[in-house]
Amino acid sequence: MSDPVLRLQNIHKSFGDAHVLRGIDLSVNAHEVVALIGASGSGKSTLLRTINLLERIDDGQIWLRDMDVSDPAVKPDAVRARIGVVFQHYNLFPHMSVLDNVTLASRHVLRIERSVAEARGLELLDRIGLADQARAFPDRLSGGQQQRAAIVRAIATNPELLLLDEITSALDPELVTEVLDLVRELAVEGTTIVMATHEMAFARDVADTVVFLDRGVVAEQGTPAQVFGSPREARTREFLGRFLA
Amino acid sequence: MLIGLVSTLVFAALLWVTVVNTPGWARVQQTFFSPEAAWEALPRVWDGFLLNLRVLFFAVVGVLVVSVIIAGIRTLRGPVFFPLRALAAGYTDLFRGMPLIITLYLVGYGIPGLLGSSAPRIPLEVLGTVALILTYSAYVSEVFRAGIEAVHPSQRLAARALGLSHGASLRLVVMPQAVRKVTPALMNDFVAMQKDVGLISVLGAVDAVRAAQIETSHAFNYTPYVLAGLLFVLLALPMIRFTDWYTARLRAREQIGGIV
Repeated sequence: MSDPVLRLQNIHKSFGDAHVLRGIDLSVNAHEVVALIGASGSGKSTLLRTINLLERIDDGQIWLRDMDVSDPAVKPDAVRARIGVVFQHYNLFPHMSVLDNVTLASRHVLRIERSVAEARGLELLDRIGLADQARAFPDRLSGGQQQRAAIVRAIATNPELLLLDEITSALDPELVTEVLDLVRELAVEGTTIVMATHEMAFARDVADTVVFLDRGVVAEQGTPAQVFGSPREARTREFLGRFLA
Repeated sequence: MLIGLVSTLVFAALLWVTVVNTPGWARVQQTFFSPEAAWEALPRVWDGFLLNLRVLFFAVVGVLVVSVIIAGIRTLRGPVFFPLRALAAGYTDLFRGMPLIITLYLVGYGIPGLLGSSAPRIPLEVLGTVALILTYSAYVSEVFRAGIEAVHPSQRLAARALGLSHGASLRLVVMPQAVRKVTPALMNDFVAMQKDVGLISVLGAVDAVRAAQIETSHAFNYTPYVLAGLLFVLLALPMIRFTDWYTARLRAREQIGGIV
């Protein structure tokens, strides 16, 4: 458990007057699953976006392995290619088949030959039971299927780190399980994951580390047993209390 | 269905009877709808029409290329690109405001003037094509820009998150969706351009309109104009039908404008 994949140091980010991230420190080891919990507006999504440089930080440093990716000289596209992201609203490309969605980055970022990329894509789709939908367009799929396809799209290039941004929040309750089961599988296989989530039971079950964000700072951090079982901070107890009520 | 048919027939008959019974109909029929004059003018008007088709082809290709570039420039973000954006915005403002016929004159007489009398002569239809491209690219680039802006920002975000560059995101993710969204508007502009191709005749290029004019002055009969007009309508019809069919097919294949 040495060799951190991701290291955040004193991350600050403001939007106008809103100081959203106020000095976040976080270290994520290889094969570790980190769950970010916290109220809406606590900075979870913003933090995920800063990690793959979709938002530029105002201060601090982001290390991916031994590279300071917050250095302005670093090319963001190259960094993003090493990180997979799954969004709340799937964001599949509606004008492409499911298979083209999954293989797009392999073909156009990694420059892998189409036949090779499609073989890998079909393998992944087969794994989530969507091989027969490979040529279908995303709108023919259920929300759960679309989100699983989006996860497969994010891992098709074998990224070093997978970011999940409240990926079940837009789903009907009965579709949540199939998506979480896939994430659980990936976690068991050793994928390094940072996820913002409201699924406390899932976080408790799958995460190695739970990070409670409150108003842009890490208020509490520990194993699920610690954070959920015996939270040290009053605001953590208050936040979790609202979920249990 | 039957009611519709009967009503259409009755309406058409009424219209026909009204027109035929106007006092000047006999004269108009002779000078505008003379089969002999049409037949006589057909070869030259047809030759002219083929020139319109060639001009149309190059104008469509040119407009597509120029307007996509202009739309792309106008959607660039960041202060570095301000001069380019301003230039593109100025271009669309200027040429959307300028009457096509003035652009035709300015390009048709201005460019040869700039090159001087010793330069080789540029064919009139080429100059006309350039003027058409200048004017219509201004319109079509605005249509493309509207389409690009109608694609939800989360699509661009997802593309960039995969590691695609700005250009690749635009080309692979944003533009294909933008084009689908604006296809009907786009086709409409091309139908409009299809008939404005006839305006190159003001430069003296012998297209269908110019050929009809020449024939008309020979025989003192306006039928060649009607003939040329009919050819343009026949040219437009398949395009109009194609637009409807294509739009319907897209809608059937995927949800357009749905929440992504």
